[in-house]
Amino acid sequence: MSGAGDDTLLDVKNLSVRFQTTKGPVEAVRGVSFTLGRERLGIVGESGSGKSQTGRAILGLTAKNGRISADHVRFDGMDLARTTDQAMRKVRGARISMIMQDPRYSLNPVIRVGEQIAEAYRVHTGANRSEARRRTIEMLNRVRIREVEKVVNLYPHEVSGGMGQRIMIAMMLIPDPDILIADEPTSALDVTVQLQVLAILDDMVRERGMGLIFISHDLNLVASFCDRVLVMYGGQIMETLDAGKLHEAEHPYTRGLLNCLPTLNDARDLAVLERDPAWLEPVGAGGPGGGQ
Amino acid sequence: MIEVGDLTVTFGTGARAVRAVRGISFTVAEGESFGLVGESGSGKSTVLRAMAGLNRDWGGRMTVAGQPLGKTRARAFYRSLQMVFQDPFGSLHPRHTINDILGEPLKIHVIGDSETRILNALDEVGLGPEYRFRFPHQLSGGQRQRIAIARALIINPPIMLLDEPTSALDVSVQAEILNLLRRLRNEHRLTYILVSHDLSVVAHMCDRLAIMNAGRVVEQLSVERLRAHEPDHPYTKQLLRASLGYDRAAAENLEWFD
Ligand SMILES: Nc1ncnc2c1ncn2[C@@H]1O[C@H](COP(=O)(O)OP(=O)(O)OP(=O)(O)O)[C@@H](O)[C@H]1O
Ligand SMILES: Nc1ncnc2c1ncn2[C@@H]1O[C@H](COP(=O)(O)OP(=O)(O)OP(=O)(O)O)[C@@H](O)[C@H]1O
Ligand SMILES: [Mg+2]
Ligand SMILES: [Mg+2]
Repeated sequence: MSGAGDDTLLDVKNLSVRFQTTKGPVEAVRGVSFTLGRERLGIVGESGSGKSQTGRAILGLTAKNGRISADHVRFDGMDLARTTDQAMRKVRGARISMIMQDPRYSLNPVIRVGEQIAEAYRVHTGANRSEARRRTIEMLNRVRIREVEKVVNLYPHEVSGGMGQRIMIAMMLIPDPDILIADEPTSALDVTVQLQVLAILDDMVRERGMGLIFISHDLNLVASFCDRVLVMYGGQIMETLDAGKLHEAEHPYTRGLLNCLPTLNDARDLAVLERDPAWLEPVGAGGPGGGQ
Repeated sequence: MIEVGDLTVTFGTGARAVRAVRGISFTVAEGESFGLVGESGSGKSTVLRAMAGLNRDWGGRMTVAGQPLGKTRARAFYRSLQMVFQDPFGSLHPRHTINDILGEPLKIHVIGDSETRILNALDEVGLGPEYRFRFPHQLSGGQRQRIAIARALIINPPIMLLDEPTSALDVSVQAEILNLLRRLRNEHRLTYILVSHDLSVVAHMCDRLAIMNAGRVVEQLSVERLRAHEPDHPYTKQLLRASLGYDRAAAENLEWFD
């Protein structure tokens, strides 16, 4: 990392992503700044608020019609916003991994899932086939997949939604990355399996000092799992909160999201979000987007 | 309205056979909303897919609206039952416009007056006529899911099978869709089977629920008992505990049921 005693893994300053479309430009991410330490940083916000595009831009995975601009995206002495493609390829996967939002589409549909994981393991470690196979089984057991010996022989369309997510998580953890960007990694998991998968990510942060960016629309989960949380709307960070204080948030947007949640005990119609045009105005430097 | 008796579904044969559903039974009354909750991979989607006629290799009995189901289904069957799939990205044809997507079930069932019906269906799910000629990739995830629901609703089926209809959506869109589904059910006396991992969503939408684990139903209970935190089975108790949020100690102490 960038030096002893410095626990900042990633420093994102004024990141923007703009897409060209036939109907004019779309500003997906607008001047986002935050730092990531050896912690669990949540990103929440409504659909289309720029959560995934923020994660993708860090890794240079923005679609071709998009342009990234940033003062800097600092990682281990590099500026990822300005680095060469070759250097980026070395970072991507090996040092910063990303679990994509729709896992079954990130897997190769015509290769059995066990083979895909084993191949990824071999590429990263140079291990032989039988070692890779043994580690594959071990990892799938760790993410609590039942009957692993059968599951390794299935094709991606033959596994359930939640199994696909766990397979992707197992794959992304293989290289033991410095940073993991997990985009809705547990949305298809039942709550008990989710708890176990989160415990694995938690261990990676606490024991190995990984930095975790956890993108999720599950506000209760982020409040209980993360250390800090960025709340995004219209491509900007509306506010940054201690995750434990998410339920005490005062920003009307964050409050609006919290009010939409169904609860076990209330059967009335749910509140829906009333959007305020003022939330789209630039938040401004030094504002809540400072991310400290 | 729906009776499922000793349903089994097995994929593959021999040593590689996956016994996805291992003899489950439940009934759903007309106008009732029934929840299906359980471990990831426990067979929830497989149950719905067998019921919807997407999988012919099932055993046991299934009866819908008094009609015993066979391995194949007549076209008319789909006028009484429609399914909304777990995956909002994969279930809409990428090169068809919304108009094509919503018009298809009308063509299949030879229902006329398609323009009015398509506009009505869009309106029901809270989308204006300006969305009619867009392609799926030009919509947000929540809008795509609303199209999937509109496609199921457009032929007014009395039964809807809903597989995680909101798990890919943010909470504000989820609230809109859950309100919509409740309103439609009240107005048209629809019967729902709803699969969800979110116990609050199930409590909000359903009257009763079945808890699945490893291909079996371990318990059926009313939503009142769920709310009172009074389930019988230890797996359901564990689900309720886990639904309170992340808790390292709870993660350590989870049991594994077979
Ligand atoms: N290739 C593209 N061309 C044009 N616009 C795009 C493109 N990719 C994404 N966008 C737009 O960028 C915005 C932000 O998208 P993003 O995927 O980051 O949202 P999100 O916060 O992850 O939402 P969700 O919760 O639905 O996943 C959206 O308005 C989206 O439509
Ligand atoms: N085409 C198939 N071939 C082989 N096995 C299959 C096939 N489809 C499903 N399965 C297996 O059946 C089991 C049940 O899957 P199903 O999709 O019903 O689970 P689920 O309860 O819906 O899970 P989730 O909550 O993760 O969506 C899983 O073990 C899965 O791998
Ligand atoms: Mg996203
Ligand atoms: Mg499923």
